[in-house]
Amino acid sequence: MNELQFLTWVRGPGLDIAVGIFLLGVLWRLFEIYSLGRKKDLSAPRHAAGASGLHTVFRRSLPPPGLLKRSPVSYIGGYIFHIGLAVVVFGFAPHILLVKNLTGLSWPGLPSQFIDLAAVVTMAAMVVMLVDRINKPVKRFLSTFEDWFTWAVTFLPVLTGWMAVQHLLLPYTTMLAVHILSVEILLIVLPFTKLFHAFTLFGSRWYNGRANAHKGVPV
Amino acid sequence: MSATLEKGIRVLKEVIDAPIASYFESCVHCGLCAEACLFYTETGDPKYTPIHKLEPLRRIYEQEYTLLGRLKKMVGLSKPVTDGELDQWQELVYNSCTLCGRCSAVCPVGNDIVYMVRKFREGMSASGHAPEGIKGAVERTVTIGSPMGVKLPAVQAQMKHVEEDYGLPIPLDVEGAEYMVMLSSMEIINFPEYLAAVAKIMHQAGKTWTLCSTAFEATNAGIQIGNSDLAKVIVSRIVEGAEKLKVKTVISPECGHAYTALRWEGANLVGRPFSFEVKHIIEVLDEFQQQGLLKTEGFETDKLTFHDPCQLVRRGGVIQQPRTLMNLVAKNFVEMPDAGYMNWCCGGGGGASAIEEGEALRLEAFKKKKSQFEAVKPDRVVTACANCRIVLEESLEHYQMELPVIGLTELIAEHIPDNAPQAAIKS
Repeated sequence: MNELQFLTWVRGPGLDIAVGIFLLGVLWRLFEIYSLGRKKDLSAPRHAAGASGLHTVFRRSLPPPGLLKRSPVSYIGGYIFHIGLAVVVFGFAPHILLVKNLTGLSWPGLPSQFIDLAAVVTMAAMVVMLVDRINKPVKRFLSTFEDWFTWAVTFLPVLTGWMAVQHLLLPYTTMLAVHILSVEILLIVLPFTKLFHAFTLFGSRWYNGRANAHKGVPV
Repeated sequence: MSATLEKGIRVLKEVIDAPIASYFESCVHCGLCAEACLFYTETGDPKYTPIHKLEPLRRIYEQEYTLLGRLKKMVGLSKPVTDGELDQWQELVYNSCTLCGRCSAVCPVGNDIVYMVRKFREGMSASGHAPEGIKGAVERTVTIGSPMGVKLPAVQAQMKHVEEDYGLPIPLDVEGAEYMVMLSSMEIINFPEYLAAVAKIMHQAGKTWTLCSTAFEATNAGIQIGNSDLAKVIVSRIVEGAEKLKVKTVISPECGHAYTALRWEGANLVGRPFSFEVKHIIEVLDEFQQQGLLKTEGFETDKLTFHDPCQLVRRGGVIQQPRTLMNLVAKNFVEMPDAGYMNWCCGGGGGASAIEEGEALRLEAFKKKKSQFEAVKPDRVVTACANCRIVLEESLEHYQMELPVIGLTELIAEHIPDNAPQAAIKS
């Protein structure tokens, strides 16, 4: 297989397989989790302003009092790399073109120099988070193979995409193919690892907010 | 696999619901829950990270309820939960967790971690891995009627005492009374002022109330150990008593877990909504105050602070009321850092104070509370939970700190004039 065939494969059958596994995986996992259901709370509810599942879905995006100071790297690094990923994934014109070809949906892209900067900042934040995971006793203690693996699987698409645009290391065509392949690996891995929090965190925040709103506690 | 382990694992499978599944799937191992847990912040030992305390439950979830986990189990790639492991986890699930709920308040993905610890304890208890101290408390509550072995004659003796000392009647088994007042053993044995305070307050408010001879103990060690069957037996006594006496409201004493057991878990344990309301005494006092039925005179002038019981505030929603009441009788009321919703636990909630072998760790964790006290240097501490009170007193003594701890209800009652005219009885 030469580099052009490689690119053709990752753009064609490779992408179909990855997107297929991703979509089916997400649907299956959501079913597996949320079909377990829960019991109705029979205690008399108390109502309080600002207490509901939806409130908590939004409120938990902000650090609770005192926590930012105790773990600044988690919060600041976390914000930067999540927002950075969103900017790079959804703001880069070629990505938007791909989505348009697949779904017909389109939106204006961001200037490529800005995307460049966002990619570098995102990678820097991810490296800082990785170092923090190695250095901080609690994070290191909690970490399993999955934590290192999912970090790498998330980092590689950003790195290879950035390198393709910068024409670094490998010829553009090869690097682009490697980039697409890394995204495909990410898509396949996402539903079956902790990366699935991208979907379940809304449910989790909602359940927590809902259960505590029943007691009149805005959490 | 031993019979009890098998039972424990069956219970663990049963308690797993969609929220628990969603929580486990959402965890990204960020470790922020550790920063919210006094057992971690005061020891620096990562094993006290709240989400780690649930590791055996997480594996049961993965092995039983996820496709990949089931596949891994089939081909022998997963690590089964063993008796030895659960035994090791006892310290993490009981000694080092007071069910204070701070972890659930900070988790960025929204995991209600304390909800899972409460559920995990069901399996720990069923598989015989609960600490002896709480086991004993549950057994005494089920067989004798109270965790400290208090029986009705002890309550009657105290009733007589209060009647003689204050000249106020203590009604027992009065059908149709508006309020049924519950007690905790701790109050019967250590803090008899509580009953006198309630009598004085009810007398001034002109409300009808009663104690119940078949249900005077409000604490529920079944909840703390995590055994819903026994918790149900204990709570059912109160439900039957309240229904027999046809009261409108059952008043939970100054006890955090009694409140949680009655107010939030009770109806779910008996499987139907209550026909009466459940209120904490602090909520009742706040209502009386709003209705003009609670009239106090004079003020405390020394520096007072309020220790929020976790089950009352974070897990119960009674946040503003104690502050209103404090300001009613205290001129110099100061708040500690993190007071209110994010307050730090005394270190002995959730049954932890009943675990003898957990004492050293509890005292270590108390350093957090100590630092809160040192930040405002109060002359006295007021609280609204008899268990917090005893744990605070014992820990303060250990650290040789001269700091009296009092109950909010009795503080309020001290400011009710002795010859206060009784409000017209409306019933």
